[in-house]
Amino acid sequence: MKLKLVVIGNGMAGMRTVDELLQLAPERYQITVFGAEPHGNYNRIMLTPVLFGAKSIAEIMIHDFDWYRKHRITLHCGPDKTVVDVDRARRRVIARDGTEAEYDYLLLATGSLPLMLDIPGRELRGVLGFRDIADVQTMIAAAASKTHAVILGGGLLGLEAANGLLQRGMQVSVVNRAGHLLNKQLDRQAAGFLQQQLAGKGIEFHLGCTIGRILGEDGQIHAVQLSNGEILPADLLVMSTGIKPNIALAERIGLQCERGVIVDDLMQTSDPRIFSVGECVQHRGELFGLVAPVYEQAKVCARQLSGHAGSIYQTLSSATMLKVTGIDLFSVGDFEGDADCQILQLIDHGLGVYKKIVLRGDIVIGVILYGDTSDSAWYLNLVKDKTPIAAIRDRLMFGQTPLAAAA
Amino acid sequence: MTLATVKTTCPYCGVGCGIEATVEDPVAHRVTIKGDPEHPSNFGKLCSKGATLGDTVSLENRLLYPAVNGQRCDWDSALDHVASRFRQIIAEHGPDAVAFYVSGQLLTEDYYVANKLMKGFIGSANIDTNSRLCMSSAVVGYKRAFGADTVPCSYSDLELADLIVLVGSNAAWCHPIAFQRIRKAKDNNPQLKVVVVDPRRTASCDIADLHLPLKPGMDALLFNGLLCHLQRDGRIDHDYVANFTNGFAEALRQAEASAGSVAAVAAGCELDPADVAQFFAWFADTERSVTVYSQGINQSSSGSDKCNAIINCHLASGRLGKPGMGPFSFTGQPNAMGGREVGGLANMLAAHMDLDNPVHVDRVGRFWHSERVANRPGLKAVDMFEAIAAGRIKAVWVMATNPVVSMPDADRVKQALQRCEFVVVSDCIADTDTAQLAHVLLPATGWSEKDGTVTNLERRISRQRPLFPASGEARHDWWIISRVAQHMGFTEAFAYQSSSEIFREHAALSAFENDAEHQLRDFDLSAFAAIDQTEFDALQPVQWPVTRDRPQGSPQLFADKLFYTADRKARFIPVAPQGPRHSVDANYPFTLNTGRLRDQWHTMTRTGLAAKLNAHRPEPFVEIHPADAERLHLKNRSLAHIESRWGQMLARVEIGAGQRQGSLFVPMHWTGQLSSHGRMGALVNPVVDPYSGQPESKQTPVRITAWPATWYATILARQPLTIRDCEYQVKVRGDQFYRYELAGSGAGKDWRQWSRDLFAEHGMAGAGDWLEYSDLQAGYYRCAYVNDNRLQVCLLVGPDFELPEPGWLCSLFPKPELSRSERLALLSGQPPKGEADIGRIVCSCFNVGEKTIQQAVQAQKLQSVAAISACLGAGSGCGSCVAELKEFLPQPG
Repeated sequence: MKLKLVVIGNGMAGMRTVDELLQLAPERYQITVFGAEPHGNYNRIMLTPVLFGAKSIAEIMIHDFDWYRKHRITLHCGPDKTVVDVDRARRRVIARDGTEAEYDYLLLATGSLPLMLDIPGRELRGVLGFRDIADVQTMIAAAASKTHAVILGGGLLGLEAANGLLQRGMQVSVVNRAGHLLNKQLDRQAAGFLQQQLAGKGIEFHLGCTIGRILGEDGQIHAVQLSNGEILPADLLVMSTGIKPNIALAERIGLQCERGVIVDDLMQTSDPRIFSVGECVQHRGELFGLVAPVYEQAKVCARQLSGHAGSIYQTLSSATMLKVTGIDLFSVGDFEGDADCQILQLIDHGLGVYKKIVLRGDIVIGVILYGDTSDSAWYLNLVKDKTPIAAIRDRLMFGQTPLAAAA
Repeated sequence: MTLATVKTTCPYCGVGCGIEATVEDPVAHRVTIKGDPEHPSNFGKLCSKGATLGDTVSLENRLLYPAVNGQRCDWDSALDHVASRFRQIIAEHGPDAVAFYVSGQLLTEDYYVANKLMKGFIGSANIDTNSRLCMSSAVVGYKRAFGADTVPCSYSDLELADLIVLVGSNAAWCHPIAFQRIRKAKDNNPQLKVVVVDPRRTASCDIADLHLPLKPGMDALLFNGLLCHLQRDGRIDHDYVANFTNGFAEALRQAEASAGSVAAVAAGCELDPADVAQFFAWFADTERSVTVYSQGINQSSSGSDKCNAIINCHLASGRLGKPGMGPFSFTGQPNAMGGREVGGLANMLAAHMDLDNPVHVDRVGRFWHSERVANRPGLKAVDMFEAIAAGRIKAVWVMATNPVVSMPDADRVKQALQRCEFVVVSDCIADTDTAQLAHVLLPATGWSEKDGTVTNLERRISRQRPLFPASGEARHDWWIISRVAQHMGFTEAFAYQSSSEIFREHAALSAFENDAEHQLRDFDLSAFAAIDQTEFDALQPVQWPVTRDRPQGSPQLFADKLFYTADRKARFIPVAPQGPRHSVDANYPFTLNTGRLRDQWHTMTRTGLAAKLNAHRPEPFVEIHPADAERLHLKNRSLAHIESRWGQMLARVEIGAGQRQGSLFVPMHWTGQLSSHGRMGALVNPVVDPYSGQPESKQTPVRITAWPATWYATILARQPLTIRDCEYQVKVRGDQFYRYELAGSGAGKDWRQWSRDLFAEHGMAGAGDWLEYSDLQAGYYRCAYVNDNRLQVCLLVGPDFELPEPGWLCSLFPKPELSRSERLALLSGQPPKGEADIGRIVCSCFNVGEKTIQQAVQAQKLQSVAAISACLGAGSGCGSCVAELKEFLPQPG
């Protein structure tokens, strides 16, 4: 008799765990998956290329419905199948439409939600996040008939949305509270390069301010008023001011939560029968928003569920790349450093190249590459492996090629 | 249109190679240079320096207008100023208060007129030449032995010899084409043995069957030992000695006193006795032996004696005056010999006549129609500058030479000129260390414009012919001197209109009363005593004497065993070997040797313009034995401070096993124009040979320490820069760029600001792009300015001497634009992936770098220099890199 595994969340983290599990112990579980979107499992990261027309939705599917059938996985998907409760005593999962499933083990992978700021007018049509296929479809539809798009938030997602909408012919303004773009990934100088390059493509920037009011009529947005009073026409407002772990369900069923669902190094929640992975979890105080650590969590969790000796999850440095055509950007680790750190910099204004390496002692702890990311993998490894670089310090900035030549 | 091809002669070393120059563009001074296949010095071959002459004839750096006290003026005022100042000083203080310091770079006609003015009309013998520094000991040696300054040999003797002994001569680098002839002779004649006697293992050792790395300065002991060995071994030609020489017994006795056994010689010279014995045996057994000697012998406080110690061995064995043998002095300069012929040295009169011989003085006076001919020797170079420093000489005219760089104790020479009341410099180059001290600058024609004759080291007179008309207001040296003479009132004696007229007078003087009745003189150009302009223009290279009996010249002298002494017999000179005047001690424990590099000439005013020639050794360096370097913590490529009692210099350390322990070698070429502290002359002791007055430039006691540089920098710039505040600075001309090597010992600069200010000051700022790399805590900073996507300037700073080798960066300057990958790699100093860095240039002729050679040798398993040449071309041009190429081949065993 197979054990029953129920997965709440049909996203990348949950399904990656299922993938890993099928590799390790294909016969161990009977698996049921609940998903709130009416799709198979798709690559959320690829929503950006869908937005600017480089990919279709079919092309970004990781697992279509056939796949679930083939692996005898029961998939309940669509808004009605959103899980609304878990009876931990009886080990049963209950969806909005009353669908239930019994589990021996439960995997909670509810991901995150866009942080929708509480701005007056946020309920108007044309105000949305950039999170799922529905959002992208809304944006694509708007771009076909409307002119002005405003993006709130100059982070990765916001800039990708801005670029996508620009590609689709809209006039795009980016509003960002911080004084520089990608302030979680770039220092001021790199951000300056980026802003210059994006401005060159036609994106307008309003930095150091936010949106005070969303103006509309007939329930449809038509402008935004900035905190400095300026009014921008807006047929579309994309809020990309960040994400927050989707922990509503976890909280309701009494799992230990802080900002996210608390998990240990084995990705186990406060209920030993419930595991959790992805952007909904909080591990040793940290939250997650990038795919690499999430996949690592999936691997650890799958080993655990497979009954093999457990490996433990450690947060590793992960890197950022921006998927905007013509812009090469890479950032990893602590790229600001502190008083004990030493900074190496390379700047070529004309070529639009900026590189920064932050050292603590002779260990690379942070890297920004802008304009030329050809050696990003090498730097990522230096950061991850904590490779001492004293012997190659004078060549470090210039990537792997001269280092190999010197060896 | 067919381009005119002009046959002329190379202006560099004493080999005197013939050149065929094809003028491509007379306005832009573009010319194609080839070896003259018909010239008997080189038969079409040229060395790296000669081959790049075309790169040195631009107007860059040329002195083009007369100037008095820094103000440009017309010729007439300049000439009048010089003449009146000289006249005035002579009137007040006598003729010995003025002096000329001239050069082996002058043509014979220039030289003749300068000598005639000073000795014949001013009435002082205070005219000396930079050849004093080069071969005056050889002159004394020949004069003492033969009664005349007669080089008895020819290049053909090298090809006929079975033993060639190179003593104190790195001919491979200093006389490359003569060396190539020796190399070829050795290839053609397996019996030919080559022995190199030199403290240093030089490139010339490449073809040596035996290298004797003797203790510096001990050559006379070695040759005294050879003389004793010839005696012991029964190899004395007693018939020759008895009938044609004097003084053998005394010379032998003196030799036996110090060098009576192989063991004594080996101990004194610090050589392996077996090697000494081998050398002696080869010499004893080989009838056809040529001993080639050069600056290593001459530049010594006992250089004259060393020359005679060598000549003694040839006289004793009768190895003289027949093909394939003789004592053969290799002179350094293109016309050192011409200077000797006209009397360019302070202790000669003219046409191989002597100042202290009243008959000669009277004869020359009658010939010149002057009653004022000097009758006692003037001051030789070192004494001359001493007299200038002391104020006894109040006016000096320096012609075509750069004594602030080349003289020993050169800082004192600089002070002397700074103090001197009146300094005239005539030169073709505007900014030399010496020209900077001149009150009057007179622009002389350069090699490509000059018209006259030079004599090479085998007595061969060749024509230098003009390729271009004179540039700017430059005039021939003979014209300048003659006009000054006329302004001084010597109108008729200096009314020359052409160089042929001067050559004719010079030839006539050599023939004047030159017969048995008046006592024969060796130097005789009687065949040219009536030469006209057409004949002069058509003059073919010919070895003097050229007389009515021997109109084709004289390759071989002394076949008749008759010499130019009173009794026509050669003289042995007893030689008591002496070490250097100043020996090493605890304070100054190293012996400093100085010399030439393969690709540079003298003070680099010309070769320094040829980018190709600067690639081989771009910076002043000091070569040191690995064990010494380790003991003193001197790392290869770091900077060292070298200090003698007389001065100091900074140089890049080059560790080389070719150096003896306790010995250092520095190149002689660097000037204050090109380096802040690279003038080796500042170190050299002003000790001279008592007979020749030649300085002991090869042996100065020095100490060497690591120079505590805290930062090193390289700048490559498309245009020359004025860099003020760097303690160590060397400037190198490249192909469309200038390279600066800098270093400092104090706190580093604010490089960002410093470089921006420096480059902006030179117009490199504005519309272009700045590239910058910084790792300031570790002391690294690099930046570049790119305009029109061409590299304009870049700076690389580091905390130690291991800056990127700039070869690849240098190669970016000639490119019409940078590719993206080149630009991304720019500040790394390394070529982008997939592009080759050729490394330091080894072969200048074909521009082949060390990395290319290493890769080819490895990839294609090359086993010989010939294979490298076939593959890359390297070594197949002038051949002077062949020794270096061998080092890239797999070592046997």
